[in-house]
Amino acid sequence: MNATTTFHLDGEEIPFTPGQTIIQAAKAAGAYIPHLCWHPDFQANGSCKLCTVKVNGRFGSSCTMEAQAGMVVENRTAELDDKRRTLLQMFFVEGNHFCPSCEKSGDCALQATAYELKMMSPHFDMFYPDRAVDASHPDILLDFNRCIMCSLCVSASRDVDGKNVFYMGGRGILGRRVHINSESGMLGDTDFAATDRAASICPVGVILKKRKGFAVPIGERTYDLAPISAPDKETTP
Amino acid sequence: MNAPMNATPAPVKKLRVATTSLAGCFGCHMSILDIDERIIKLLELIEFDRSPLTDIKTCGPCDLGLIEGGLCNAENVHVLREFRRNCKVLVAVGACAINGGLPAQRNHLDLRDILEEVYQTEVGLSHGGIPNDPELPLPLNKVHPIHEVVKVDYFLPGCPPSADAIWKLLTDLLAGRTPNLGHGLLHYD
Ligand code: SF4
Ligand code: SF4
Ligand code: FES
Repeated sequence: MNATTTFHLDGEEIPFTPGQTIIQAAKAAGAYIPHLCWHPDFQANGSCKLCTVKVNGRFGSSCTMEAQAGMVVENRTAELDDKRRTLLQMFFVEGNHFCPSCEKSGDCALQATAYELKMMSPHFDMFYPDRAVDASHPDILLDFNRCIMCSLCVSASRDVDGKNVFYMGGRGILGRRVHINSESGMLGDTDFAATDRAASICPVGVILKKRKGFAVPIGERTYDLAPISAPDKETTP
Repeated sequence: MNAPMNATPAPVKKLRVATTSLAGCFGCHMSILDIDERIIKLLELIEFDRSPLTDIKTCGPCDLGLIEGGLCNAENVHVLREFRRNCKVLVAVGACAINGGLPAQRNHLDLRDILEEVYQTEVGLSHGGIPNDPELPLPLNKVHPIHEVVKVDYFLPGCPPSADAIWKLLTDLLAGRTPNLGHGLLHYD
């Protein structure tokens, strides 16, 4: 006997192995559950709530909930997608997302997810927060105006690079943010390298390689070619 | 008796459309013109009211209003309200109308500092003093998207939205459908 059993996702039967989360099993079966802070290579962070599904009628985060045999999971329903769109609108108004001048445009998971969910406007009043740009590192630019606090850079630097360059700190809507682990708080004063996993993990346009602008023209980038819900897409490589 | 077979059909009542550029760069209007020869088909269905294309200065009662650009000064707010009063359906066209766009990149700077730097202190500029002619509309402290001031019925993102996206929105609206932009037409860049 193998340990595989199944649950239902929007009526489709999804196999899973015990211990797998709903989103892991869905991903393995080629089914798309919208998500931003989850990445298949890292431990779930559970912060963005985009991946919220309804399990047997109750809301739950599919990136943290383990799959159970016979679960009935609702995913792309109008009710859930409406709530997801509202979450996206909050991301867009609480940062500064001026896509036309962002190097990540077309490769950005936030933007592509907003396309997928047909977000036509920010709906809420804009915050226009004042957030810092850190250009102190010779090869990497940090533009925190676009940070969605997914913690993937924290995980990648800690778990893959073994460097702990980033950490989450502070409190409140504008206080909580990603910090840099150096006395000056600047990236240039860390041992961060452009070859680190953390340098390519950011799903949005915060951690960018310098001198790499417009290598691929806008209109020919990842999510220009196929929507993020297409089976072989992932937020970042 | 049967109606004569060759009677010319009653002319279809054209929908009246007004357009304006507030704090925008006219890029969205250029993109409207990028629909190329489809504009001939469009003009069979609509006629323009106030618009940079007609140079009519005030907006009369219209079926549809297209707003390019956000709000960076008092006159923008005045024109936007005039459009909202007169247009049955109002559409925010392009990034600036929807989220402030490029002009809103000044929002984290102090307005007085900007004016002083541009007109008085920056090296290489003429230092003529901050303009203060009563003809000039007063700048707003911050640039705002239009949905923060009036109710907006539909949004067409893009910087600018492509001609195909504009065409899809217009043909959907003219056919009485809710505009629906699929993959490839919905863009924020
Ligand atoms: S991070 Fe993404 S959503 Fe934000 S400005 Fe860049 S492309 Fe747009
Ligand atoms: S910098 Fe990027 S990877 Fe790090 S928390 Fe912000 S959005 Fe996530
Ligand atoms: S992907 Fe599950 S909470 Fe972010």
